Order: sequence, then structure tokens, then C-alpha cells
Amino acid sequence: MTQLALVIDLNVCVGCQACVTSCKEWNTSGSAGPMVDQNPYGADPTGTFFNRVQTFEVGEFPNTETVHFPKSCLHCEDPPCVPVCPTGASYKRKEDGIVLVNYDKCIGCKYCSWACPYGARELDEQQQVMKKCTLCVDRIYDMTMAADDRKPSCVKACPTSARLFGDIHDPESVVSVAIRESGGYPLMPEWGTHPANHYLPRRKTRIKIHEDELERADNPLKVDRQLPRPATSEPTLDDVTTW
Amino acid sequence: MHPAFSVIFLTTLIGAAQGLFLALFTAQSYAAFKLLPEPDAHAFYGQGSLLAVLLLAAGLVASFFHLGHPERAWRAAAMWRTSWLSREVIVLPAFMGVVFLYGLAHWLDWHPLLMTLPGGLPVDPSAILGVAGTVLAFALFLCTAMIYACLKFLSEWHSPLTVINYVLLGGASGFSLAAAFAAVTAPELVSFLAAWAAIITLLGMVSRIASLYRNARLKPKSTLQTAIGIKHPKIVQKTQGFMGGSFNTREFFHGQPVAVLRGVKWFFIIAVFPLPLLLLLSGMQGGAGVLATAFVVQYAGLLAERWFFFAQANHPQNLYYQSIA
Repeated sequence: MTQLALVIDLNVCVGCQACVTSCKEWNTSGSAGPMVDQNPYGADPTGTFFNRVQTFEVGEFPNTETVHFPKSCLHCEDPPCVPVCPTGASYKRKEDGIVLVNYDKCIGCKYCSWACPYGARELDEQQQVMKKCTLCVDRIYDMTMAADDRKPSCVKACPTSARLFGDIHDPESVVSVAIRESGGYPLMPEWGTHPANHYLPRRKTRIKIHEDELERADNPLKVDRQLPRPATSEPTLDDVTTW
Repeated sequence: MHPAFSVIFLTTLIGAAQGLFLALFTAQSYAAFKLLPEPDAHAFYGQGSLLAVLLLAAGLVASFFHLGHPERAWRAAAMWRTSWLSREVIVLPAFMGVVFLYGLAHWLDWHPLLMTLPGGLPVDPSAILGVAGTVLAFALFLCTAMIYACLKFLSEWHSPLTVINYVLLGGASGFSLAAAFAAVTAPELVSFLAAWAAIITLLGMVSRIASLYRNARLKPKSTLQTAIGIKHPKIVQKTQGFMGGSFNTREFFHGQPVAVLRGVKWFFIIAVFPLPLLLLLSGMQGGAGVLATAFVVQYAGLLAERWFFFAQANHPQNLYYQSIA
């Protein structure tokens, strides 16, 4: 079985919003589109997005860290939004695990958005149907594109390669390796939704240097406690030994 | 959550209709066992059922205002295997149909003897329809309440008390309405129905206050730590990623100050329980005006109760939408 997913590396995300605009650009002109904006130049603009980048501050000044946090549908392996849909418009594809909405069946009752703890679904105010990330399903299987382009458009846009895409059920895929070896974790594990998308934590590279690595513990000068170091006028070891 | 008036009217109107039908059939059952005098079937059962059907229809109309695509509403019957909303969409019209036929059987005096129960109790179509309607009324209460109670991360709703409250509050308003209706059409039943309305109102008060008590002591399972997966006691959102509003900032926040929430809570606690109780008891002897006031006050209180029910539910997605910058 296949479960396509994104793995987002919070260690390298710089919060540039390139994935947000790239997602909107592709999907508003793709088969899911348009993703309508209302009042875009007015005082209170609003619109439909599949992907948002949020910013959190962790810690207290001066020991703070800024964490940029991209958020889109996590394509849960046990999606709570699917069984509640009264029409069957919301469904999870068996072949690749992508959670999708059939816009021709959706009645706009918003019940699926209530059933998603992550707030990943947004009602399109103009079309009055529920919209969400499709993992660029109209892109990743498009054989007219070069193999390298058959990835979600947010992944293609990310300048720091913070977004990885692949099958988390294949143990050798780039995403599985990243989750396994770089501490990938799911969001809100307390609800048992088993999100397919994972996040990689902030990581710092530190070397632990022990004091005896800076100064030789077996320094012969220390063995017989002749410290402090003998003055330069004193005879050196070479002067007094024959080796 | 943002309380939607379509859903507030849907749940309160059909709740009152279900309670009214249960009151009608309770009276018929008592009368069949000769525990109550037989009322004028045309006026009480016939017109009473019509009133219930009208309330159900009004609720149904209100529910359409909740939909983005009302013309596709028929599709909502498809997923009854998994979705309580779908089950409600099936049970509501079925219940409407049965109530209509029940009223029709009484209106046309259609009482052919189908069988006789041991003890010599005659069974006619209205009795069969009444039993079917009773089952469907409770099924509808269950479906409506489970739409909310099945959402496990909305912990204010995820409790058996939600189902009990929907049954008792719908039943209370329906029996109050039946008492007021009987004051006009079947005065011999008024004290019986008013007494039941008072009892169900009291039970409803116990269960609703129990749920308020429970909800005031809930500890949210999700926190900012689990929402973004970072282990640190101090995390604040600096920006939700956009400066205007979005569906997420409109649908899941009631947008009212705490004082309004508290005011609505005390209004419904008084208007749904003690006030109608007093009016029901004082109207026991057949005061149609007093009983009608009891129903109107209780129904107004229930509108506030339902508003509060939605406003109090705190969706975990709100953790992601706390700050604009």
C-alpha cells in the first residue's frame, strides 16, 4: 500500500511563504481551482488557501527561538473528516492515501471541517464547497511533465528543501528515511488520526568535548605532579633523557 | 465554535416537534388503557400532528440555510453507514412522514381493528404509527445529538450528556407546547401534560447543569506543544500566516466577549428551567395563556441554550489561529 505524504523540516524552514504562493498559484489554475479571494485589495481581505506558514516563538527573551511552521492537510491515515461526510464527497484514495473532496458532490455543510482537529479544511466562500490540500494530485501523476516536476508545487518551490515528498509506507523512500533518522513526528498524536505528514524537529549539532580531550590526562608532567609547568630555563625532557 | 442560527433553529424546532408528538402518543396510550379520558381526536391528535409536522418542516427549511449547496441536499442520505448527519437526513423525513400519517389516521377516523392484544386492548393503525413514530422520534434525537457527541476532540460535546440533554430539552419544550395546545383543544388532558412537562423540565435541568459542571472542569487535551510538536512550556504564536480573516477564523470562534457568554448562560438557565416550571404549575388548571407563555419562554431559552452549546465548544484548531502580525 502507498501513503503519499509531505515531511516538513522545521530545522530549515525560513518562513519565506514561497510554498504558500506557489500552492495558490498552481491550484487556483489547476483542476481544483479557482481558489477564490474576496476583497483582495480591501480592508478585510479573505481567501482560500491549502497551505499556510505560521510563526511561533519558543522560549522567553533572551532565550527565544523563532519557529516557522507550514501547515496543510496532513492526509491522516485514519482521517476523522472522511466518515462524517454525509454525501461521500470527502474520501481517502485507496491507491495513494490522498484525502480529497469531490467538489461536485460537496453540499457545503462544513461538518468535515468541524471533524478536523488541525483546521486543514477551508470553505470556499464563492463556490461554497470545502477545499483542502490535494497533494497536487493533478501534478504528481501528469506524465507530460518531466519526472522531476511530478511533485507537489510547494515542494518544488521551497528554496531550502524543507519539504520532502514521498511514500511513507516504503521504508526506503526519502520521507521514511527522514522520519526514521531525523526524528520525524506527527501533530496532535493524542487524537489517533495518524497523520501521514510528519515534521522534523529543530536540530542543533553539538560536540561534547571532555576536559581530558583538551589537555592530555597522561601528560607525564602531570603524572608526578610537577605543576605548574617547568620554566623554559629548566632542562627539557630531551635534555635529561636518552629516549 | 461559531453558533449558526440555521442549526440553532433546526435543532430546537425539531426537538419541540419530537416532544410534541411523544406527548400526543403518550396521551393516546394512557387513554387506551383508560387512564385518561378520550380527547377529541380530530382536534387534539389531528391538529397536534399537523402542528408537529409544521415545526419539523420549519426546522428542515432552517437547515437548508446551513448548506452551501442546498440543491444537492438529497446527496446527504448516502453515507448513513458512517455519518450521523446522513442518518439524521434519513430519519427526519421518515419521522415527518409517520407523524403526518398518524395525524391523518386520527383526522379521517380511520380506526379499523388490526388485532386485539391480550387483555382486550384494540390495536388500530394509529397505535402502530404511534409506536413507529415514537421509535423514530428517539432515533432522531439520537442522530441529532450524536452529530455533536461523536466529535471526540470537541470535548464539551463528546459526552453521553449531550444525547441526554437533546432528548430531555426537546421533550420538555414539546410537552410544554402540548400542554398549551391541550388547553385549547383537550382541556381534560392539560394537567396531565403540564405535569409531565414539569417533570421533564426538571430532569433536563439536572442533566444540563451536570453538563455545564462537567464542561467547566475540562482540561484541553491538545496544547500548543502537541499542536506544533515542540517541547517547551513557553510557546506563543507570532503570526497565523495571514492578516485578513479566513474560514478558520470565522467558523470556529464565537467572537463574543466573556460577559456575553456568561449572560446567555444565565438567561437560558432561568428561561428554560425555573420560569417555565412556575408557569406550568400555575397553568395546571387550564390557563391557555399561561401555558403558551411557558412554552414561548422555554423555547426562547432553548435558542439561547443552543447558542451557548455551540459557543462553549472550543475547537483544537483554534490553537493555530491566535495571532495576527
